[in-house]
Amino acid sequence: MKSIYHGLSKTEEVLSWGAEALIVKTTFLGHPAVKKVRIPKPYRCRELDEFLRRRRTLLEAKLLHYSIKSGVPAPAVYAIDLAKTTIVIEFLEGELLKKVLEKKKVNNLANILEEAGYFAGCLHEAGIVHGDLTTSNIMVCNAKPVLIDFGLGAFSRDYEDQSVDLHLFLRSLESTHFSIAEDVFKHFIRGYEKARGKNKTEKILSNVKDIRMRGRYVSERRIKRKRGQITT
Amino acid sequence: MSLNEIIILGIETTAHTFGVGIFSSLKGILANVNDAYVPLEGGIHPREAAEHHASVAHKVLSKALSIANVKMEDITAVAASFGPGLGPCLRVGCSVARALAAHYSKPLVPVNHCVAHIEIARYLLKVSDPLVVYVSGGNTIIAAYSDGRYRVFGETLDIALGNCLDVFAREIGLGLPGPPHLEEKAKKAKKFIELPYIVKGQDLSLSGLLTKALEIASSDTNYSLEDLCYSFIETAYGMLIEVTERALAHTRKNSVVLTGGVARSKVLQKKLEIMCKLHSVNFMTVPAEYAGDNGGMIAYTGYLCYSHGITIPVEKSYIRPRWRLDEVDIPWFKQD
Repeated sequence: MKSIYHGLSKTEEVLSWGAEALIVKTTFLGHPAVKKVRIPKPYRCRELDEFLRRRRTLLEAKLLHYSIKSGVPAPAVYAIDLAKTTIVIEFLEGELLKKVLEKKKVNNLANILEEAGYFAGCLHEAGIVHGDLTTSNIMVCNAKPVLIDFGLGAFSRDYEDQSVDLHLFLRSLESTHFSIAEDVFKHFIRGYEKARGKNKTEKILSNVKDIRMRGRYVSERRIKRKRGQITT
Repeated sequence: MSLNEIIILGIETTAHTFGVGIFSSLKGILANVNDAYVPLEGGIHPREAAEHHASVAHKVLSKALSIANVKMEDITAVAASFGPGLGPCLRVGCSVARALAAHYSKPLVPVNHCVAHIEIARYLLKVSDPLVVYVSGGNTIIAAYSDGRYRVFGETLDIALGNCLDVFAREIGLGLPGPPHLEEKAKKAKKFIELPYIVKGQDLSLSGLLTKALEIASSDTNYSLEDLCYSFIETAYGMLIEVTERALAHTRKNSVVLTGGVARSKVLQKKLEIMCKLHSVNFMTVPAEYAGDNGGMIAYTGYLCYSHGITIPVEKSYIRPRWRLDEVDIPWFKQD
């Protein structure tokens, strides 16, 4: 995919042209940084587009800040420019979990996954939901997971929202890493339980199952459910 | 008829349409005859739809055979949509298919309705490996091929887009099908009304939008119907295109194909085209005749299945009302 964005200086480099925003490598007061620009979407009507971009820009900055505050590693926020719906955040050296999972052999993978689950649990304990918890939004930096891209996140202590986070993570495993999905999710949940305790985790896992049952054409819906078990 | 010609008769009955298509491996689609049940009021009543299908089945079948100029004896195999869809409707189509297969001693081929929508689009548009946006009254799925199957990279968490648009149009008295009526009204809108815009990761949710819009429509508050229609379709289409854009960024496919009944919407086509231009990928829409449910797509997909050895014994041919797209193996897919 080619970039159509021209407002870059010579020292800046486009890292990715994602669905929602343009991710640019830049510097901020001498530090390597990432600029996340939410570009207008010409397929949406102007009012809706501006509303969504402004809301998500501001909310993402807030969520990143509170995530770090509650002990969950996330890129630090350096600056916000609401008029340009842009935030400047810390540049992280590492690899996406998606890429890590594609490799044949990774040292300590179980630990990394468990810790990712632990951080997701901490985030939920702190009243934050990520909103787009997929393997593309977890980075592995020096064998440590870091959550990124809080663009669809929210402040919420609602079990339903927390369950959606886990549902999305499981879905992303099934669509992209189907052969190892079950194992990966098991490690992830082990960490999640450490942060949240057995009761809450079980409650959420059974809710994840409910969400799947609500989906269209789920044949399991007719079969009597087995307790506490996520069928993939 | 030549010796190595394969002719498949395909029967579609997942919801409101009873359709018969005939596909020849040498000459392409020979016939595509469809008859849709139109409810007198409200939505599709499964039993009434099934009664409609049973009453038109013989007419549609003989018309398709005469258009194609083939006899039942010339048919190589009989295919039918086994699901997903409404049980009573599926039972009619499958009963017809079973009867034909048993009486004429032809193999029976089970076809997944969603796979058929995707395959007919790939066949008619000659596109090998697209990201598929399949939107209809019963389904809203963003899918692409990966490792043997069509994987779902985004879908509705509750109701389908076509269902959402139709119910809203019907309830505010605009009539069916919803999209053209709503889009016509929306042209005269002056302002945007904020409505629930719900994107959860790769998926979208439409039921909140429908509830809220109907609530506004039935309240005494001052609103203009034009503004409400405009805001409703902008919000609904906006969500769909956002999840499509997310799936595109994730899968990095180089083309997007729009299929299913709602693919006929000019406004949706335009919006998706703009999004695709932004990412420098090709955009195509399935021809209108093959957008909605039709027998032709079942016949063609039946041919793909049959030529890869997929058949089912009549005594085991149960319908599958909840047969998901990503449960079906696609052995005929060749990636470039």
